[in-house]
Amino acid sequence: MRVLMLGWEFPPYKSGGLGTACYDLTKGLSNQDVQVTFVMPKTPEGANAEFVKLVGANQLTGDITINFFSTLLQPYMTPEQYDAEYTYHTSKQPSDKELYGANMYAEIERYKAAICNIIKTEPFDIIHAHDWMTYEAGVLAKELSGKPLVIHLHATEGDRTAGHPNTWIAEKEAYGFTQADRIIANSNWTKSNIMKEYSVNAEKINVVHWGIRQDNPAYRLRFRSALNKKDKIVLSLGRITIQKGIDYLVRAAAHVVKHVPNVKFVIVGKGDKLGEIIGLVSDLGLSDKFIFPGWLKGAEVHQAFQMADVFVMPSVSEPFGLVALESLKNNTPIIISKQSGASEVVQNALKVDFWDVHALADKLVGVLKYPQLHEILQKRSYLEAFSFDLDTPAKKCIEIYESVLAKREAKL
Amino acid sequence: MRTLCWYFQVHQPFRLRHYSLFDIGNSQDYFDEHKNREVMKKVAQKCYLPMNALLLKLIQRHGDAFNVSFSISGTALDQFEQYAPEVLESFKQLVATGNVELLSETYYHSLSFLYDKKEFDEQVIKHRTRIKELFDYEPTVFRNTELIYSNEVAQHAAAMGYKAILAEGADHALNGKSPNYVYTPQGADIKLLLKNYQFSDDIAFRFSNKGWKEHPLTVEKFAGWLDAVMGDSVNLFMDYETFGEHQWEDTGIFKFMEALPSTLLPLGTRFITPNELATTPPRETLDIPFTMSWADVERDLSAWLGNKMQLDAIERLYALKAGVFKTGNPALIETWRKLTTSDHFYYMCVKWFSDGDVHKYFNPYDSPYDGFIIFMNVLNDLALRVENAQEKTWLTIGGD
Repeated sequence: MRVLMLGWEFPPYKSGGLGTACYDLTKGLSNQDVQVTFVMPKTPEGANAEFVKLVGANQLTGDITINFFSTLLQPYMTPEQYDAEYTYHTSKQPSDKELYGANMYAEIERYKAAICNIIKTEPFDIIHAHDWMTYEAGVLAKELSGKPLVIHLHATEGDRTAGHPNTWIAEKEAYGFTQADRIIANSNWTKSNIMKEYSVNAEKINVVHWGIRQDNPAYRLRFRSALNKKDKIVLSLGRITIQKGIDYLVRAAAHVVKHVPNVKFVIVGKGDKLGEIIGLVSDLGLSDKFIFPGWLKGAEVHQAFQMADVFVMPSVSEPFGLVALESLKNNTPIIISKQSGASEVVQNALKVDFWDVHALADKLVGVLKYPQLHEILQKRSYLEAFSFDLDTPAKKCIEIYESVLAKREAKL
Repeated sequence: MRTLCWYFQVHQPFRLRHYSLFDIGNSQDYFDEHKNREVMKKVAQKCYLPMNALLLKLIQRHGDAFNVSFSISGTALDQFEQYAPEVLESFKQLVATGNVELLSETYYHSLSFLYDKKEFDEQVIKHRTRIKELFDYEPTVFRNTELIYSNEVAQHAAAMGYKAILAEGADHALNGKSPNYVYTPQGADIKLLLKNYQFSDDIAFRFSNKGWKEHPLTVEKFAGWLDAVMGDSVNLFMDYETFGEHQWEDTGIFKFMEALPSTLLPLGTRFITPNELATTPPRETLDIPFTMSWADVERDLSAWLGNKMQLDAIERLYALKAGVFKTGNPALIETWRKLTTSDHFYYMCVKWFSDGDVHKYFNPYDSPYDGFIIFMNVLNDLALRVENAQEKTWLTIGGD
C-alpha cells in the first residue's frame, strides 16, 4: 500500500505537536511496510520562526519519499499571523514576494497547485491529509486521482480558539469533513468536538490515540538542576494561548504556595497570552515563584521535564496532548485536565476539570507534599508510558485505510 | 458431598466525600452522605431486599433443612438504619426464623487486628453488643475482615471464646489439602472452616461470564460437581452483593439460588451453618504462620497494605488514635473509627492491570491517587481537631 501523506514539517519544530505527530506516524507506517509519499510544507530559511533546522527527515528509513514544498504556512497559523510572516519575510527577501502568496488564502491556492503537480508523478492508493490547511489540496487530489481521502484532525478551529473560530477556517474544515471518505480524530474529545461543531456522523469518525517514541536516549539523562536542591518544581510546557489554560495554573499556584512554600513554577513556551499571564502572576504576588524561560529546544526540553517534580497540562481543550506522554517518558508524573485526549488513555495520572482551581491546587499539594504518592505515581506512569508506542496508532491507521479501500471497492 | 455451608458477607463503608485541601480546618463533614445513601438505596433494591425475600421464602418452603449464615458489618447496620430501615427489618425477620446464623466481626470492618489489638477487641465487642441489641443473637463463630487470617488471629479468637473461625482455603496455605474438611489451627482450641474458592467463585465471579466454558451454570451441573467432592462440607463464602449487584438479576442468579435447595435437598444434601459444622471433629492441625485473606489472586494483604501510600495512610491513622481518645469526645472517636474501615485503603490500591478491574469498579474516586489525597486531607483535619481539643483542655485547666 502507498499513502500520499499531506503532512507538516518534522521535529524538532516545537511550536505544537503536529510535526511530531506526522513524523511519528510516518515512522510507524514504514515499520509496518507501508510506503509513504510525504508532501512537506517547509518554511524557507531565514523565516521568522522559532524553530531549528529540520533533522527528522534524514532519520527515517523505509520506503518514504519526501516532496518539499516551500511555504510560509505553519500549522495553527491565523490569516493575520500569515500576513505578519509574509511582510517580515519579504522585507528580507524582496524577491520572494512573487514566490509566496500575498495572503494566506493565496498561499493555500498555491499549495493546491503544487499538489496537482506532485500527484501526476507519484503513485498512491490513498490520501491522508493532516489538519485544515491541507484539506482542500486533499480533496483536489481525490477528485483528480479517484483515490479515497482520509483526513486527520488534530484540533478543530473551535478547539484552537477556545470557542471563537475564524469562520473562513471553520468552512475549510467543514468542507474537508464532507468530502472525506473517513475522518481520523486523535481522541474521543476531538471526535465529540467534530460531531458538535460540524454535525458529522459518529460512524464517519475513527479515533486513533497517539503514541510516543520509546527509544530516545535523552529520556534516561535524569537531569537535575540547582533549583532541585531547595525547591519543588512544577512545570508546564506549550504555547501560551487561551486554549492552554495556564491562567488556571497560576490561580492554583496562589493556593499551593501557602502549603508548599518551597515551590517554583516553570512555564515553558510563548504565545499571545504570555503578557497577560505574567501580569496575573504579578497581581497575585507570585513573581518570585514563577520562571518564564520562553521556548526550549532539543535537550533542554528533556532537562525541563526531568528537573520537574510534576508536569501540569491544565488545557481548556486539548485534542490529545502529546506533551503529557513526553513528560511520562522523562519520568515526571502528570496532572492533566479532563478536557484532554490524553486523559482518556493515561490511567496513572491525576486529572482535574480545567476550571477547578481548587482541585488542581489540592492535587498539586498532594503530589508535592507526600513522597509516597509522588513515588508511586511516577513509577507506575513511567511503566504505563511503554504501552503508548508508535506502532499501535500506525496499525490502527492501516486498518482504517483497508476498511476505506474495501468500502470503495465494494461500491465500484 | 452432601453438605453445603453458606456464609454471606454484608458490608458497606462510610465513603468519604471529595474532601479537599480547602476543607481542612473549615469543614468537619468528611463523609459522602449523598453517595452513601445512593449506594445503599441501589444495593437495597437490587440485592438486599429481593435476596432476603427469596431466602425467607426458601426457609418457609424447606423448613429446618435450609440454613444460611451472614456476617453484617456495623457500618452496614448503621447505614441500614439511616438510609434503608426496611432492609434491617427484613434481616430481623430472617434471623427470627432460627435458620439464620450471624457471625462476629469488627464493627468497622477494619484491619485493626494488624495494628492495634486493644482496638480490635473493642470493635468486636461493639459489634457483638449491636448484634445482640438488634437481633437478640449471640454469635459463636468469628470471621475477620476480608477473611484476614493467621495462626495468631485464630489464637486470639479462641481466647475470646469463639467455637470456630473462617478463612480462605488458599492454595498456598493448604499445600494440596482439601478445604472441605474441618481443621484445627496451630496452637488454638478452635475449629477452622475454609472457603472452597472454586465453588464459591463459580457463583460469585464466573456465574455470568460467557467466556467461561461452563457457562451457563445450571443447578444440575452444580449438583453433579458437588457429588464428585469428598469431605465434611463445601463452604461457600461470598459477598452478599453477588446476588443482584455483582451478578445482575438478568443473569439468572436469583433463579439459580431458588432452584438449588429444591434440587439438592431430595438428593440428601444438607444446608448447614458454621456453628453446626464446627461440631465436626477436625481432620488435622493446619499451621498458617503468615497472614492471608480472600482478596485478589494473591490472597494476601496487598489490596489494602500493598503500597507505600496505603501504609503511610494507615500508620498515620493509628498514630492519631491516642490523641483522638484522649479528647474523650465520642463524635471524634466514632469518626476516627469509621476511618479504620478497610475500604479506605482498598481505594488506594494501584494493582490496576491484573485484578485492577475489580478495584476500579468499587472505587468511588477517580483514581487510587485521589483516594489517598482525600484520606490524608481528612486525617490532617482530624489532627487539627485533636490539637485544638488539647489546647482547650489546657486552657480550662489554666483558667481554674
